[in-house]
Amino acid sequence: MRSYILTRIAGLIPTLAIISVIIFIVIQLPEGDIVSSMLDRLQAQGVDTSEEYVQNLRAQYNLDKPMVIQYFYWAGNFLTGDMGYSYLFSRPVNELVWERLGYTLSITISALFFTWLVALPVGIYSALRQYTIGDYLMTTLALVGLATPPFLLALIFMHIGFEWFGISTGGLFSPEFEDASWSFAKFADMLAHIWLPMIIVGAGGAAFTMRILRANLLDELNKPYVVTARAKGVRPAKLVIKYPVRIAINPFISNIGLMLPALISGEALVGMVMGLPTIGPLLLQSLLNQDMFLAGSMLMWLAILVVFGILLSDLLLAWVDPRIRFE
Amino acid sequence: MAGDDQAVDVVLKVQDLAVDFKTDTGLTHALMGVGFEVPRGKVTAIVGESGSGKSVTANCIMRIIQPPGRIVDGTIDFAPKGMDPFEIVSLTKKDPRLQELRGGLISMVFQEPMTALSPVYKVGNQVAEAILCHRKVSRAEAWREAAEMLERVGIDDIDRRIQMYPFEFSGGMRQRVVIAMALVCHPEVLICDEPTTALDVTIQAEILTLIKDLQRELGNSVIFITHDLGVVAQIADQVVVMYQGRVLEIGTVRQVLKEPVHPYTKGLLAAIPGLAPKGERLATIATVVGDADITTPFPMQTLADGRQVSLPPELVGGAQQA
Repeated sequence: MRSYILTRIAGLIPTLAIISVIIFIVIQLPEGDIVSSMLDRLQAQGVDTSEEYVQNLRAQYNLDKPMVIQYFYWAGNFLTGDMGYSYLFSRPVNELVWERLGYTLSITISALFFTWLVALPVGIYSALRQYTIGDYLMTTLALVGLATPPFLLALIFMHIGFEWFGISTGGLFSPEFEDASWSFAKFADMLAHIWLPMIIVGAGGAAFTMRILRANLLDELNKPYVVTARAKGVRPAKLVIKYPVRIAINPFISNIGLMLPALISGEALVGMVMGLPTIGPLLLQSLLNQDMFLAGSMLMWLAILVVFGILLSDLLLAWVDPRIRFE
Repeated sequence: MAGDDQAVDVVLKVQDLAVDFKTDTGLTHALMGVGFEVPRGKVTAIVGESGSGKSVTANCIMRIIQPPGRIVDGTIDFAPKGMDPFEIVSLTKKDPRLQELRGGLISMVFQEPMTALSPVYKVGNQVAEAILCHRKVSRAEAWREAAEMLERVGIDDIDRRIQMYPFEFSGGMRQRVVIAMALVCHPEVLICDEPTTALDVTIQAEILTLIKDLQRELGNSVIFITHDLGVVAQIADQVVVMYQGRVLEIGTVRQVLKEPVHPYTKGLLAAIPGLAPKGERLATIATVVGDADITTPFPMQTLADGRQVSLPPELVGGAQQA
């Protein structure tokens, strides 16, 4: 088990290195760079931009060096904790990213728990009561949940909240806490706001997971080991949880890793619609403005989150399933 | 062998048992009026081809028939030692005796040892669970008794093996675990549903000997379901022959295997490769044997030697001389 964990963690290093190269290439792809964007803006403001000034700027951002060297500057700085400078906000990227990353993580993780909390009981119910009215109802709801894009769900919720209840459901905080420093009251205010994006981001995943669990459980329900346990005298409720459900949730656990990217990209759109202080809206803004250090750092962090999420789900799976642990 | 004058101690009496399976393609009558008795402390074999209703009968006794299957008629009278006799089919789902019945008073060994145990729990956990379901003992005590029973069914190095997972065991060892799990509560009746079919021949013999030895030691009754007449000869005291959801013939192992009365039983015996003359085609079983169409039910008749057979009255005399 220990060597399994160590090999998996060691495997992360080349994975992340390759991802960083790809991200670097992607953010370099659009025409122009930071300096040309800056110059456009400065010229519009009538500031004199002499050849020498431009050269200095390019040197400052290492843009005069070959691409490969630029990559190593960027990656090296990232490793030492310096994510560069955002010209768009005229602040170091470090200051911009951390808080937003925290909010993105909060919403994503709570959406993941929401997904399970809904999918687990509903999936079990649906499988045990296959082809009853209850099962059909849940299936219909799940299909609607799957077919509705999160941003549309966000719009619908906000509309209902505003039209019917007269409340504004956007954002993560009430206006009075927006710029306040952290306190218990601010945390409570965040909890009062976070449930809506949590439901919206998690809805699709909950529907998907519930369908998977239902199918898995239906496969397991009549397996010989379930019949054996029933003949042994295990009580019905315990029987279902301890035997078939226990096996049926394995794919469910390995799904965490696969669901993370979907949750994060879903969160990005929802964040835009609901005006959340998360990574999504900032990422879009930075990409539109070719703020490469900002965009690159955020893409890198999202990649790190996903890769670690997958690792975590694999380790969790090995922990709950001895068949994987012993391979 | 005449059973009329001496009262046989019967542990389980099945009467007129009927089971239907309601599927999309229509109603299937899996059992149509099955009846037989299981003498206490003896091995009763139920033989028959696939689909004859052997396993369904066993599942009825345990009351683990799952939808779409349903018991529509019949009774199963059960007389456990030291308890008031009761009827199994009419037990309600909430009746505590139903839970006690499953695994406590009657337990079952299944055909597929490879999949009969959950892969995610240790062997010890699954055997000890059988005890914990029926008796109020501590977990440690249950594990200790589980270890004892596992040793008794021939699993050595028990301290290490009890902590292992089923997938680390071979098929034969898994079947031993299942047998230990079934016997650990000292049930009155052990039902073995083709316990050796999925095992290779040498292991088959070992498992058969084990079941027989444990039956002698513990004094429980055994219902042994099989389609292998060689196994029947080896293990059974009494034989019940089933075909298409009905019982065709009941008798002692000698009566049924040596002097079968029912044409179907005769056909079965003729189809065993070892007994047929070499170089000839093996017998096949036709549904119409002589004048008797074996697919039509006839009432059971008790013959002079105590055996029961389902044939039209006019055929019984002739059949016995044949």
